[in-house]
Amino acid sequence: MNGKVKESGLGLDVEEFKRKKQKNAYMMTMLSVVGILSFLLLWQISVSMEWVNQKFLASPMQVLNLFLVKLTDASPDGNTLGMNVLASLQVSLTGFTLAVCIGVPLGLLMGWYRGFDSLIRPIFEVVRPIPPVSWIPLIIVWLGIGLQAKAFIVFFSAFVPCVINSYTGIRQTVPVLINVAKTCGASNFTIFWKIGIPSSMTMVFTGIKVALGNAWSTLVAAEMLAASAGLGYMILMGRQFARPDIIILGITVIGAIGMLFSSLLNIAESKVLGWKKV
Amino acid sequence: MDQKKIKLSIKNISHGYIVNDDVFQAASNISLDVYDNEFLVILGPGHCGKTVLLNIISGLEEAEVGQKEIDGQPFKGSDKRIGMVFQELALMPWKTVMANTEFGPQMAGMSKQQRRKIAQKYIDLVGLHGFEKSYPNKLSGGMKQRVGIARAYTNEPEILLMDEPFGQLDAQTRYAMEEEIQRIWQQEKRTIIFVTNNIEEAIYLGDRIVLLSKCPAQIKEIYDVNLPRPRDSVSPEFLGLRKQISDNTDLPL
Ligand SMILES: Nc1ncnc2c1ncn2[C@@H]1O[C@H](COP(=O)(O)OP(=O)(O)OP(=O)(O)O)[C@@H](O)[C@H]1O
Ligand SMILES: [Mg+2]
Repeated sequence: MNGKVKESGLGLDVEEFKRKKQKNAYMMTMLSVVGILSFLLLWQISVSMEWVNQKFLASPMQVLNLFLVKLTDASPDGNTLGMNVLASLQVSLTGFTLAVCIGVPLGLLMGWYRGFDSLIRPIFEVVRPIPPVSWIPLIIVWLGIGLQAKAFIVFFSAFVPCVINSYTGIRQTVPVLINVAKTCGASNFTIFWKIGIPSSMTMVFTGIKVALGNAWSTLVAAEMLAASAGLGYMILMGRQFARPDIIILGITVIGAIGMLFSSLLNIAESKVLGWKKV
Repeated sequence: MDQKKIKLSIKNISHGYIVNDDVFQAASNISLDVYDNEFLVILGPGHCGKTVLLNIISGLEEAEVGQKEIDGQPFKGSDKRIGMVFQELALMPWKTVMANTEFGPQMAGMSKQQRRKIAQKYIDLVGLHGFEKSYPNKLSGGMKQRVGIARAYTNEPEILLMDEPFGQLDAQTRYAMEEEIQRIWQQEKRTIIFVTNNIEEAIYLGDRIVLLSKCPAQIKEIYDVNLPRPRDSVSPEFLGLRKQISDNTDLPL
């Protein structure tokens, strides 16, 4: 402003201070990029120099090449990459969304209402320790290998963390806040809605994140066992055709989509839990 | 002040809990009249049952034995004529100062415009003007407690219960808040029941001091404090009363 050096209260030049901070952030980003690049380079070299057998490992360049080809080419597994991604997304999002929409409210209600807890808990406790994948044979008998069957398995893997974390979260509501609402004349349901649910939100988000991770990994397992499309199926075909490049492409795409989802979730979380930072 | 009107009266309150298959008595046969617009201090050693007594008055707990009356009318449970400032810092971290303060009228279904107006009045009164949009985690301990006070006032109760509201503050802030609460009370007359375990605070603030015994809480003695406000904590009268009360106080458990 008016030509003078702006000073912060600390006796520091504000611009200088900002520049220092920015420089630091820039350095950190550069380090991450260097990390990734050297990993890829080492990988590329070890394949090109034939330190490892090409039968077992494809180089990054080959994978990249395959990625471009697979965008339009359906061989050898019968689907283009886009079709596989779409199939996987459809299954996982169906299962995951259902799990969140049912699991979170269920956990919250169980955590708040004692009677409801006693009613549901015994059933839940029996279902909870069953590994989601162990449902697969039964599900195939019931529903075949279509979307429903896999969505159901994904649902189970994501459902359990949603319930448990929401339950724990709302149980941790600070009692004095409940008393505040009581002295303001709020009904039990209003207290549940206005105090309990906001208090549980941190844990609810933790649950949803775990659920997303579970959903994605179970999806791949489900597709490897019973599918005719999808990223898991593509990986399986890669093994059958002895094509490590297809396997690695599948893994990479799965990783990238998973990362995309968790950053979307993080954005949603910082919107809802904005008060923590402000 | 000649004929004092009785605002709140509690009669033969006793309360206990089942602890390890045994009855643990927390309050024993407490009867007390509180006058209109009085600043009544309840003084008692730690863990003697002060919070239990306030919870019974506010209706958060139901006494095993005893009655409560406001203006001579018996009542049970909680009542919107009674407000409370809690011992712990009891703000909702996800709500701004304004949203925390207007919580009571919001629960009562008051329109936004109307409740904002009342809340603003008390936010200004406790000296938090300009902090309406701040979240509690950006406030100091004293400021948080001010929000708690503003929130209790925003319900416009006739009787305000304060449970060691300054217990968690450092000494400096505590003195400042004692003066504040006195100013607020003189500006907005209400019947205040103020709980503390600090003798100076009791004498500095109270019109009367109800001294409780150690657990189970019983009324030991009631002192009238006839010193002019603001009180001088090193005056001979102040120190004399202080010695008198402290000699009569039970050691905490
Ligand atoms: N829900 C409860 N169940 C069992 N015992 C309780 C319960 N609530 C309070 N007590 C007991 O009653 C006694 C009085 O408790 P209270 O909280 O009223 O003390 P206090 O005078 O407010 O103490 P402090 O100065 O620490 O706030 C304590 O010994 C406490 O353990
Ligand atoms: Mg207490």
